[in-house]
Amino acid sequence: MNDMKAETNKGSIWVVAEIKDCMVKPVSLQLVGKARELADQLQMDVETFLFGDRLGDGPQLLVAAGADTVYTAVSDELEMYQPELYAEMICTLAKEKHPEIILLGSTFIGRELAPIVAARLDTGLTAHCINLVLNSDGTLDQQIPAYGGLISIICPDRRPQMATVAEGVFSTPGADRSRSGAVVSMPLPSDVRWRVKTVEIVEEQRQEQSLESASFIVAGGAGAGTHSGWGKIHELSGILNAALGCTRPVVDEGWAGLETMIGQSGKMVSPQFYIGVGLSGELQHMVGIKGASIMVAINNDPKSPVFEQVDYGIVEDCTSFIPLLIEKIKARVEQKVS
Amino acid sequence: MKIVVCVKAVPDPKEADKIRIDPETKTLIRDNVDLTINPLDKHALEAALQLKKKFGATITALSMGPPVAGAIVKESLALGADHGILLSDRAFGGADAFATAYTLSKAIEKIGQFDLVLCGMASSDGATEWVGPQIATFLQIPVVTMVNELLHDSGERWLVKTAWENGYRKVEVQLPALLTVAREINKPKNLGFSGIIKARKKEITTWSHEELDVSEECVGSRGSPTIVADFGTLETAREVRMLEGSAEEKAEQLVEILAESGAIR
Repeated sequence: MNDMKAETNKGSIWVVAEIKDCMVKPVSLQLVGKARELADQLQMDVETFLFGDRLGDGPQLLVAAGADTVYTAVSDELEMYQPELYAEMICTLAKEKHPEIILLGSTFIGRELAPIVAARLDTGLTAHCINLVLNSDGTLDQQIPAYGGLISIICPDRRPQMATVAEGVFSTPGADRSRSGAVVSMPLPSDVRWRVKTVEIVEEQRQEQSLESASFIVAGGAGAGTHSGWGKIHELSGILNAALGCTRPVVDEGWAGLETMIGQSGKMVSPQFYIGVGLSGELQHMVGIKGASIMVAINNDPKSPVFEQVDYGIVEDCTSFIPLLIEKIKARVEQKVS
Repeated sequence: MKIVVCVKAVPDPKEADKIRIDPETKTLIRDNVDLTINPLDKHALEAALQLKKKFGATITALSMGPPVAGAIVKESLALGADHGILLSDRAFGGADAFATAYTLSKAIEKIGQFDLVLCGMASSDGATEWVGPQIATFLQIPVVTMVNELLHDSGERWLVKTAWENGYRKVEVQLPALLTVAREINKPKNLGFSGIIKARKKEITTWSHEELDVSEECVGSRGSPTIVADFGTLETAREVRMLEGSAEEKAEQLVEILAESGAIR
């Protein structure tokens, strides 16, 4: 470890990577790609963490994506995410090595772990960035959408600078298998108190299309009005064979799960065709849709800001319009069949 | 049992889009937006009320904000909290999540012995989700986020269920602890008339940084590691074509657009 300490005097950018069923999560590879870009400008190293009971070729994949060092911990105790172990290992090493930047995914793990680590390291943390760039003085410009604009947040005096980023904000880097990097095994902390212990994680197999890879997306907002109104939007996505997404108010109402939320703190999507139903075009949602070739919005308010952000607009109350649209689509499909 | 519930005054989510950045002056425009109790914090308060019913408890509602935020502390009292504390001080202004959590943790230390701290998992305006876990970290107590069910809630080691990607997580947690709650945990009751009457007699305690015995350097904008460096604009504009005619005609036009793009096969 002493040799490595000397090498990393130039500073480093850290990524807390995640692995599931021996597969490194796409967001982790994307963050390593971004970290590599920033590290090259700052002439720093990229270092990542990867914890689990089996890592497969995860460490090699992180190196191929741009990491110089992968700190690993492999143990049966790490079969599931354990916040105490994760936080202890990351904070202990951070206090020793003083990284310049730490990036985490806006995942269920990252959302809980990042604020714990930031508070323990006495530093700032920016939530769900949609871009990270370096200012001329080398500080990290952490950009988030808010209040109809883009806000730049910096952490001027404390280190590390910390941010979380959702999957799909940055592109997945190509794997360069010729890159070399160090894989350093970390011991588990010896004095864990287990005041918090994850005892079970169940992830159901998804029947529906994944939002991230969908070509057609139907997204609904609070304008669905009721749970049954939401059901109609769900039905529309079904007959169009489209993935179904939503805005935060829909999650707050309990009509759909957090994992279907599109936007800054949810999923980043890049469909060819997007239909937004009963949503107002809030920036936090709209920044989640990248590069769609056709965008349509249906909203009963002709003044809704959503109509400034789409290609086709329809002013109608979605509770009556969606059933009508479903009928028309069904008629069209039948006509084609016969 | 002693429970502290953190509540935040937020702009009414229905009116939140009225808050905009003035592209010229790069400052926030807030046109008389009403403040309301953060929706998820109502679920945290309801969870506390249900625990009180089950085991008996003293509930303290704690908020940080300008004097007008006293209204949501009052509302928490009317909903059934026993004590209300508002942290209000010019020195607290401009706090980021870190400084907010630090200040709230200092207030909880001053409240004294407690078994449970409850927060909504996010606020509707900031939506960082950081304040709960950071309060816990400053108090050096365990935290579980996005709790949607209390599976075992007696004794000192609880079992809770949380939201997880396409599923759920079960976590054991040792009290005293902080839990942030998701909306699925319960259905908050509406304000009742008797509660409003009872709340009239309850006093709200207001604490400044002096009462918390913290330096001005550690709270508000001065205690915040992060700062807003710049407001910019974000271009999401497209040139829109509004479809005209009856609902029937609009639906037919949309079906055409869908068919041309291959969405209907």
